Amino acid sequence: MFDATPRNLKDARREGLVRILFLLMTALLVLPVLLILGVLVAKGGSALSWDFLFTEPTDGMTAGGLLPALVGTIWLVVIALIVSVPIGIAAALYLSEYAPDNWLTRAINLAIINLAGVPSIVHALFGVGAFVIFFGFGTSILAASFTLAVMTLPVVIVSTREALQAVPQSFREACWNMGATRWQTIRKVVLPNSISGILTGVILEVSRTAGETAPIMFTGAAFFLPFLPESVYDQTMAMSLHLFVVATQVPNVPDNLPFGVALVLIGMVLAMNAISIAFRTWLRRKKKW
Amino acid sequence: MADQSPAAVEFADFSLWYGTFQAIYGVDLAVKEGKITSMIGPSGCGKSTLLRSVNRINERLGYVRTEGHVRVLGHDVYAAENSLVQVRKQVGMVFQRPNVLPLSIRDNILFGHRLHDGGKDAEDALLESALRQVLLWDDVKDRLNRRAQGLSLEQQQKLCIARLLPVKPRILLMDEPCSALDPKGTEAVEELIWELRGAYTILLVTHNMAQARRASEECVFMLMGKLIEHTATDQMFVSPRCPETADYIEGRYG
Repeated sequence: MFDATPRNLKDARREGLVRILFLLMTALLVLPVLLILGVLVAKGGSALSWDFLFTEPTDGMTAGGLLPALVGTIWLVVIALIVSVPIGIAAALYLSEYAPDNWLTRAINLAIINLAGVPSIVHALFGVGAFVIFFGFGTSILAASFTLAVMTLPVVIVSTREALQAVPQSFREACWNMGATRWQTIRKVVLPNSISGILTGVILEVSRTAGETAPIMFTGAAFFLPFLPESVYDQTMAMSLHLFVVATQVPNVPDNLPFGVALVLIGMVLAMNAISIAFRTWLRRKKKW
Repeated sequence: MADQSPAAVEFADFSLWYGTFQAIYGVDLAVKEGKITSMIGPSGCGKSTLLRSVNRINERLGYVRTEGHVRVLGHDVYAAENSLVQVRKQVGMVFQRPNVLPLSIRDNILFGHRLHDGGKDAEDALLESALRQVLLWDDVKDRLNRRAQGLSLEQQQKLCIARLLPVKPRILLMDEPCSALDPKGTEAVEELIWELRGAYTILLVTHNMAQARRASEECVFMLMGKLIEHTATDQMFVSPRCPETADYIEGRYG
């Protein structure tokens, strides 16, 4: 009575096929990651040295190191985060914890999601108009960082809001019900339980901010500037633009140089992520139980 | 505004709308101080809504509109001059599912106390007395700093009741407090509710008529957003006045 019908056999075959197909697709995802890292290490590994990291480029960028670009990118990322993270978290808190559910809130949410889809070159033009010209920052670290901040804001807001909404509603009810204000509820219960999700969003933004080229090209990143920036009103070199330049714009660059730059850029992003993840783990552990 | 009636909670011609849907129709009800009053009725009859109007926890939904008055200890909770925080201090609420906070047992119990700037010195005494009142002290006294979410559901629900006590509320609202519990847990929590009568005015929403009968002194029957009958529990289950009440109690709908 438990013999498989032809229909059962057909379904079983299909089940196996679909499973293998999905597995293949997953493997296909891992492949580019391994290939990228492999190629970079194979071709760029020989360029790496302490001098490469800690000296300035020489001989028309065909020799020397990339210190100014490295330092420049750190400036850009740090300032962009200082601007976008507090604003983004505050906005997400308002949208998630305070705003009533009406058409205006829904319109704002829609706008934020659309803003996250605006191409980075459009953000670049906005940055030129707003920060370089209108606010008079000139082409500078400040203007470039603000442009990056505007670009990352919507993603910070969306990921923070998702982290906040993952906190069970019953926690909030428990607090309100004991007479807690919304802010007390946020500080004592909502934020401690969503901080790791919020940080995950920020970590993703660090990588994107460090890697973007278009938004900084017109607003503050320099082609070749072999000094360290002295203030936020200086222009600076940046890793992403430097990679573009040595890979396509400069003649007679040794083969391993662009790959070395890319390797350092990726290493830098991974290092920043590692710091954020360590911070997140520390926060989680600090929560006693 | 002085009030002669000894009612702990009083609804006066109270109506409530969710958007355009009217959930409560002109309810008049005086809940006697120090008694356990159960609210019964079929699903969607407005009993939970009515309960949630007392501490205004409905309002976070944003599209709630009310008419009429709800007075707690003689003061209109919807009046602009009354602080919602102070109202909620007097009116504690227990939910269907135990909603312990992801904190230690100690921090859960003292959460409200700390919120209202209670002194540090009193904490240990308050902690013990709250846990003793809900018959939980012996179970948890050795693990006060462990996370509260590790407790059984029954213990969690008792903890949720205990958590309300340090801020000294006068009224406890309970919204089907046993519906997530097994029969043994239900019995334990019912016993606890019975123990608390007199010290607190308790409003208990339940879909379980046996529970209303066992664990309450007064009983309110609601149907389609209207209050149908309010009498002593014994009387309601023996000789209900209204035919609708009789039909419901005898299980002809529900």
